[in-house]
Amino acid sequence: MAPLKVNPTRMELKRIQSRYQTARKGHKLLKDKRDELMRRFLDVVREDKALREKVETALSHVYGSFSVAGAVGDPKMLQEALICPKKECSLKVSNQNIMSVIVPVFEIEVSDSGTDSCNYGFAFTSGELDASVEELSRIQTDLIRLSELEKTIQLMAEEIERTRRRVNALEYIMMPQYLETIKAIKMKLDENERGNTTRLMKVKDMMLKQQLETKKAEDEELEDLQT
Amino acid sequence: MYKIGMIGDRDSVIGFLSLGFSVHEAQDAETAGTILKELVKSGEYAIIYLVERYAVALRDELDKYKELPLPAITTMPGLSGNSGYGMNTIKTAVEKAVGADILFKDAQ
Repeated sequence: MAPLKVNPTRMELKRIQSRYQTARKGHKLLKDKRDELMRRFLDVVREDKALREKVETALSHVYGSFSVAGAVGDPKMLQEALICPKKECSLKVSNQNIMSVIVPVFEIEVSDSGTDSCNYGFAFTSGELDASVEELSRIQTDLIRLSELEKTIQLMAEEIERTRRRVNALEYIMMPQYLETIKAIKMKLDENERGNTTRLMKVKDMMLKQQLETKKAEDEELEDLQT
Repeated sequence: MYKIGMIGDRDSVIGFLSLGFSVHEAQDAETAGTILKELVKSGEYAIIYLVERYAVALRDELDKYKELPLPAITTMPGLSGNSGYGMNTIKTAVEKAVGADILFKDAQ
């Protein structure tokens, strides 16, 4: 991993060290978030899978009985019987927050004007129709729950993918890059420090040598004067 | 208050009239796509059920709505039978989130 292109100064070092600390904390938090999201996601998926299997089986029964109902009577009879539904259903939508993923929660409200679910005369319709309408209304809540779960799955899957990418980016790109930069800056600063020490030692040597030479010259001068 | 929509061929969707769903009949996938767009655009629908047969053709369109909080578009098998498309979408979501298919491999 190539280090960042920054000036090798103590200030930069401090800055990058603090960024590394932030990245490390963020990485830990995001990793925890990902794990928890994943745990909840798998629970939802398991429930959804079971529910879908149930609904699909029930629907195939319903379709079967509707086909029979259509075949027994006049095909137009079906449409006539069902065209004006007695029930009118609407949905109340509230939100639930799962680890900062906002998912919808559906609550069905059925405005029913009567007690029975059939809104057609029994004279021209077959008994199969009654049975299929009955069966369909039994799975209505399951259908709504299925939609709710599948939307939750879609939204959570997006969020998990995003979080996973972030965790990986921090773990494999940003954090190593910061570490590398910190190392590079430290090495550069140490190198400068060593350069400085050597220079000082060299200067000191030169000064000592100079002093020695001056002293030597002075001694020689003194000796000359004495002789 | 939101409505529940249902899009599909006549024979598949007619029964849902009895539940009080807002049923829209589509002869082919193209019409279904147009209706779907209209329903989403209207913003009145919280759930839209789509018959699998059309969902396969409208896959790209459905992907666009995945990130929106509403509506929830759910595919259902139609009268023509169950192609397993609905299960497949869950499987894809699991693969996307986890990175590998860990729940459905036993079923195959």
